[in-house]
Amino acid sequence: MKISGAQALIESLKKEGVEIVFGYPGGTVLPIYDVLYGEKAIKHILPRHEQGSTHAADGYARVTGKVGVCIATSGPGATNTITGIATAFMDSIPMVIITGQVATPLIGRDSFQEADITGITQPITKHNYLVKTAEEIPRVIKEAFYIASTGRPGPVVVDIAKDAQVNKFDFKYPDKVNLPGYKPTLKGDPEQVKAAAKLIAESKKPLIYAGGGVIASGAAAELTEFARKLNTPVTTTLMGLGAFPETDKLALQMLGMHGTAFANYAVQECDLLIAVGARFDDRVTGHLPSFAPKAKHIQIDIDPAEIGKNVRIDVPIVGDVKQTLKELNALIPVKAGRHLAWLKQIEEWKNKFPLSYKKNNFIKPQYVIEMIDEVTKGEAIICTEVGQHQMWAAQFFKFTKPRTWVSSGGLGTMGYGFPASIGAQFGRPDSTVFNIAGDGSIQMNIQELATAVIHKLPIKIVVLNNSFLGMVRQWQELIYEKRYSSTNLCNNPDLVKIAEAYGAKAMRITDQTKVKAALEEAMKITDGPVLLDFSVDKEENVLPFVPPGQALNEMIID
Amino acid sequence: MKHTISAIVENKPGVLHRVVGLFSRRGYNIDSLAVGTTEKTEVSRITIVVTGDDLVLEQIIKQLYKQIDVLEVFDLPQNESIERELALIKVKANEKTRNEIAQLAETFNARIVDVAEETVIIEVSLEKEKVENLQKLLEKFGIQELVRTGKIAIQKGGKNNG
Ligand SMILES: Cc1ncc(C[n+]2csc(CCOP(=O)(O)OP(=O)(O)O)c2C)c(N)n1
Repeated sequence: MKISGAQALIESLKKEGVEIVFGYPGGTVLPIYDVLYGEKAIKHILPRHEQGSTHAADGYARVTGKVGVCIATSGPGATNTITGIATAFMDSIPMVIITGQVATPLIGRDSFQEADITGITQPITKHNYLVKTAEEIPRVIKEAFYIASTGRPGPVVVDIAKDAQVNKFDFKYPDKVNLPGYKPTLKGDPEQVKAAAKLIAESKKPLIYAGGGVIASGAAAELTEFARKLNTPVTTTLMGLGAFPETDKLALQMLGMHGTAFANYAVQECDLLIAVGARFDDRVTGHLPSFAPKAKHIQIDIDPAEIGKNVRIDVPIVGDVKQTLKELNALIPVKAGRHLAWLKQIEEWKNKFPLSYKKNNFIKPQYVIEMIDEVTKGEAIICTEVGQHQMWAAQFFKFTKPRTWVSSGGLGTMGYGFPASIGAQFGRPDSTVFNIAGDGSIQMNIQELATAVIHKLPIKIVVLNNSFLGMVRQWQELIYEKRYSSTNLCNNPDLVKIAEAYGAKAMRITDQTKVKAALEEAMKITDGPVLLDFSVDKEENVLPFVPPGQALNEMIID
Repeated sequence: MKHTISAIVENKPGVLHRVVGLFSRRGYNIDSLAVGTTEKTEVSRITIVVTGDDLVLEQIIKQLYKQIDVLEVFDLPQNESIERELALIKVKANEKTRNEIAQLAETFNARIVDVAEETVIIEVSLEKEKVENLQKLLEKFGIQELVRTGKIAIQKGGKNNG
């Protein structure tokens, strides 16, 4: 039977198991929206901005591990997705972004709402397609999902000309992809795995440095087994939060610019650094030549291009993290009492330099995070924006499970967290979802309050309101002699009123003794979002802080 | 160090854009670039000359491989490859200089392919360095226009990987 390209697209999405898409209509996707009208198997969510759609699809992907899907019209609709695509690309999140394109006879003529979206997204996608005929749609969708979700995941853009959506053809969904240029290596070279096991056996002070790759490959259990077997500490990157339970005594929490002092000291002291699905980002390493100066390096990564990109690696293993850790675990003999001297040293650092903050009469932002951890008993999905609040959330919430931390690590996108929390709540309807925001960031996609209210999503929006673009202010304080250029937000609007105008519940909390009660009250609200506007200590800094260009042990601790 | 990289890519729209974009985005310098069809209709070969140390070269090759439409990538060893660059050089010439130019061209195995009243066009296909030598020697006559293709290369012997 002949069906239209738009019908073929929706049928293809169903074949891929898609249950939800986030999209915004417009001229060049009208045929797709017509098919979606009355569609039962796929739920369509209409955020209030295409940036919101992409971040929502991304948040959905992060908490479920499935491919996030969004739709946008050509031209401005498509260009509004760019920040969302770049965010997903930097953090290796599987997404398929479907954009409408002007009809093929109009392409290349500066037609109304024409933008060269495959050209624009070329550096920020794992791959992209311009589809000019209906017949290509099933194959391209099959390939797009395959590419997005396998190997090192990433976003794939499928730009479909309007006439390709309209034309009819005999639909058949392929059961295989034929991509001769794309064959991710899953199994690590056994010789390399053996070489790694040998280095590990010889090491006196090994340190596991785990990144987002552990989450992406679903290897948290294998990582935990690895660490416990070795009886050696684990530090995670911002993207790796949740890969290893922070309640475990082997946990060193986050390393890097705002990492814990004990994690950073451990990096500088270890004699073997085992990088697992981590990419030696500059926010992690600080001054590169001084990073882990005493250590040999093992790196496990599915992306060969990550191996040795920034740091020389002694034993590289290209392969899937989960599979490789399984093989490595099998090679490590069970032995009691490993690395006791090393763990003792770490314990000393933990006691001497714990994560801390000084109390005063104001609400401390760190305290709010601690209370969120307490009232949720650590069982929550934490979505953040970018800034100080993000770092405090990373530091003071104790992450114990993968896919519970949703934050823009690589691109550092303000405005990401709230729409991402919407996608997260759709993906995990039974979980408690928090959006931890700054007063700057929340205003970047505040329109999504409408989406959360309409769909009765019980998201807890916590604004750590310091009336500043806090993180930038902190840099200005420490590096630019307190010249607070364009970072003062003292003319902020009343966020409580804004939330209420959208139909959301809202509270303002100015007294530190009321923090916990407010959070408990928020937890009781189940029929829609609630915004909690905490007036926090305005000039609080995120510490530790490794000033840019310095070595990790040169951090400012208090 | 200069390297000649040969990438076998699928003949699909956007491939060249992706490859060139990769180089500019990651700050690799392209000295020359040549694209053309191969013995198989569905693939093309992109020959790129780049400057960089071994680490840079390794990254370039890995990054190229990451592109879905890139099938194979080779770093062509200089002494085991035949390398050529084609140049067309329009040189000022008159009664007096024409012979001298012709002789010079001949020593380089170059041909004069067009003679006009005040110019001649020389066609030469040689290793890049020799093309440059000829170019230098022709400068004293006055080079009016010059076009070069960028290097293409193929590996010697039975190996068909470049
Ligand atoms: C889209 C975007 N624009 C600018 C920045 C630069 N930036 C990083 S943190 C920050 C301040 C964030 O302020 P706020 O959301 O109030 O959070 P706070 O740091 O105060 O917790 C800015 C402007 C960014 N990361 N993203």
